[in-house]
Amino acid sequence: MAEDQIILKHVTKRFTTKTLGTVTAVNDFNLNIHEGECFSFLGPSGCGKTTTLRMIAGFEDLSEGEIHLCGQPVSIKEKNLYVPPERRGLGMVFQAFAVWPHMNIFDNVAFPLQIKKVPHDEIKKRVKEALHHTSLDGMEDVYPSDLSGGQQQRIALARAIVTNPKVMLLDEPLSNLDPKLRESMRFEIKALQRKFGFTVIFVTHDQSEAMAISDRMMVCDMGNIMQIDTPSNLYNKPVNRFVHNFLGQSTFLHVVLDHGQVYARGDMQNPLPLTIPEKADKEMVVATRPNAIDLNRDHGFKTHIYSRVFLTDTAEYLVPIGDQLLKIQTPHRITFAKGEECYVDFTHVMWYPEEDESAEAERAKRQLV
Amino acid sequence: MNIGKSRKTSDLAALDGATFGLDKAMTLVSFVLLFVIVFIPIFMIVYNAFFFEGRFDIEMFQNVVFSKDNVDAMTNTVIIGVAVTFFGTVVGLFYAWLLGRSDIPCKGLMRALFMIPYMFPPFFGAMAWDMLLSGRGGYVNTWLMNAFNLETAPLNINSLWGIIFVEVSYYFPFVFMQVVSALERMDPTLEESARIAGATQGTVIRKITIPLVTPAISAGALLILISSLAHFGVPAILGFSKQIYTLPTVIYACIDRAGGSFEGIRQGAALSILLVFVVAMALILQKIVLSSGSFDIIKGKSMRPTLIKLRGAKYPLLFLSVITLIVIVLVPLIMIFLEGLVKAYGLPLIPENFTMENFRNLATSKATMDSIRNSLFLSISAGVICMFLGVMVAYVVIKIKPKGKEILEMLSVLPYSIPGTVLAIGVILAWSGALWGISLYNTIWIILVAYMARYLSFSMKSASASLQQVHPSLEEAARACGASHTESLKDVTLPLIRPAMVAGFFLIFLPSMRELTTSILLYGPYTRTLGVQIFALRDSGQIPQASALAAIAILIIIVCNFIVTQITKDRKGV
Repeated sequence: MAEDQIILKHVTKRFTTKTLGTVTAVNDFNLNIHEGECFSFLGPSGCGKTTTLRMIAGFEDLSEGEIHLCGQPVSIKEKNLYVPPERRGLGMVFQAFAVWPHMNIFDNVAFPLQIKKVPHDEIKKRVKEALHHTSLDGMEDVYPSDLSGGQQQRIALARAIVTNPKVMLLDEPLSNLDPKLRESMRFEIKALQRKFGFTVIFVTHDQSEAMAISDRMMVCDMGNIMQIDTPSNLYNKPVNRFVHNFLGQSTFLHVVLDHGQVYARGDMQNPLPLTIPEKADKEMVVATRPNAIDLNRDHGFKTHIYSRVFLTDTAEYLVPIGDQLLKIQTPHRITFAKGEECYVDFTHVMWYPEEDESAEAERAKRQLV
Repeated sequence: MNIGKSRKTSDLAALDGATFGLDKAMTLVSFVLLFVIVFIPIFMIVYNAFFFEGRFDIEMFQNVVFSKDNVDAMTNTVIIGVAVTFFGTVVGLFYAWLLGRSDIPCKGLMRALFMIPYMFPPFFGAMAWDMLLSGRGGYVNTWLMNAFNLETAPLNINSLWGIIFVEVSYYFPFVFMQVVSALERMDPTLEESARIAGATQGTVIRKITIPLVTPAISAGALLILISSLAHFGVPAILGFSKQIYTLPTVIYACIDRAGGSFEGIRQGAALSILLVFVVAMALILQKIVLSSGSFDIIKGKSMRPTLIKLRGAKYPLLFLSVITLIVIVLVPLIMIFLEGLVKAYGLPLIPENFTMENFRNLATSKATMDSIRNSLFLSISAGVICMFLGVMVAYVVIKIKPKGKEILEMLSVLPYSIPGTVLAIGVILAWSGALWGISLYNTIWIILVAYMARYLSFSMKSASASLQQVHPSLEEAARACGASHTESLKDVTLPLIRPAMVAGFFLIFLPSMRELTTSILLYGPYTRTLGVQIFALRDSGQIPQASALAAIAILIIIVCNFIVTQITKDRKGV
């Protein structure tokens, strides 16, 4: 298993708070992250992604399970083994930059090398290199308070790569930056990874960021892993409603299966143009993307346009189907007027069982922690 | 601190052609009042130290400055100031770190207890320690001498070290509070990123944590230094018997000896210049240190900082903290109460010697009851007047922003850094008939004027912090709804800053109740304050009565503090 650089086995973390009692923030996580991979932890706040990252970094203890880094065990709860963060040899970049305001850029970036007692000339050389790779050439003497957020995050990056770590942990490093900058930093991080070949764990709640940067990603929710897969599989074959809804735009249709036909809830007269899947309950949810629905004038399910909104790149229609309104996005060249008769056909759908609503309530409760 | 968006609330009346609006009136009144209350006394000191009967005369200044006694006093002042600052900073820093970053138990409770010394005047502590450790007949000393058959007292509180010890125990909360709050506001990832970079916990404290809280440490340390340099009570109580003088006590002795003669007051003024010089040095130091860097260490993401596990050292350190608390908080307070109960000074503290006689005497003594009445009158009037004045000056500085607002700002905070002793001399020089024949000397008004000058900055700071939060659009919205400028002030702005005004009142009321430094130089036969009366009782040897009165003062302070916390607890943010 030389290829798996970061291994999590049955990792569990429980917190006890006064208001909620014991909460399982991370429930039985099993992960194998390969060498040189860019792996994202994605999920809404409170899903356990940051806690997992902090356990890998060594800032949190485990309640159960074990973590191995580069073939070495770093946390094993059973044996009470715990390697402190400073001996795990990681690079890490934090959301709030965590650039030391009392040191200039050179001292900030040189700090990890000084701790390692690297010779002075070597430090100078390597800091210069690190600053070059992060486009901070010649700014050694500047203090962080004189810099923009993007530049401060570059210092943090330079500080993380200067020791040439095998594993880089990025804890929402882009979410304090403005959108334009976020995109360019994303490419910079990716370019640095390609150059140095380190393994990246990237924590974010921004799906497009994760999609753009990752080789594989883990979507989690309320302390449970939902799905681990490539971005394309996650988008096209989400394993459940949560993942479907979390990545990209979703539109859901509650349907009833009867006599080999699929009916929209509230309309048992006109069947929908859908084939029943192999495993099917009586009531199910059909999930699709607003831009994957074919709105046309001749084939599919006959209905009419309820409302129309022009967005910048698409036109968005609401179309009644049974007792529900279906959201559809089309290019502007396809135009329907309000109230006009139309047909709806489905190009790509996923089938999910009806899920009870208690999960929503649990999520709301967790937000309070 | 200028918020980018805050604009000058333009006086719309002026646009309308009116020449004298409410804003102009407030600006004018603020300038005049601050000029009279603050500027004149300070000016009078400088003038009288160097001019005599209208002529430039440096002789007095030279005599005073080069007299050996005064040089000694100055040396003592500096030694005490520096030592108190050093030890106070070390103690404050240690406990701040322990309570802010380690996993020591009972944090909340201990934190509250460590703030207690801040509530009481240090001279109460000096009185208590004098009873316990005085070279001749302190309770502990007597006990130690009997127990170990010693010839001389092993500990002597009536010494430089004794003064330093008592001042440290009352002034370390300055550093403690500053550093605890800095540690709390600090982004924990600043420390975590150093751990990731390979630094051990010890290195992180040394290279990251301490440097980052250095601004807080130096702010607290300089507060200690300035307070200690200007401090009167402790050296007066512990030092007089052994002829250990500091600048504030030597000034007091000088005025006291002269019995109100102008010569004595002039001497005091010259000495004041010396004290001002010492404090000014400290202030310049403060400017340099503070401008050298305050860091933006506010956290981005709310997260519990990782607490450092003390493991084996946990209970020894807890024990040390408890001992510290007992010594600096509990022992002096209990001692004051016990001594207040004892029949005569020096009797052993056993139940047979206890009596309520001292308290009964106080209740029947006219001078004592007068002093309580005077202090209440002074504290409430100073509190109320300064509360409104503070709001007005803050409003002028922050919202109206006239030309010269920097002068207003400076004048209102200046007395805060001027030693109380010096301010008192300035007030005497200004208001005992030298100017326009106004003589307030020996009346209660002269004390009130001094309190106002001394404490105006407290309410002004509280009000400006609150006013800065009131966005100009709130007042503008009221104007747009048809309210006049006065109405919008009365119905919108004032209600919004009311909590800050109440806080401002207590910020002045509490220190006024226990004031000693200024009052001791200004009181007349019928205008003794609580602090002065305690000091005088003790000075005349009636130590049990003095303790009983101090015990009453402690109770008053505790009750008032309780009221303040109740009020500020459910205070609504603007």
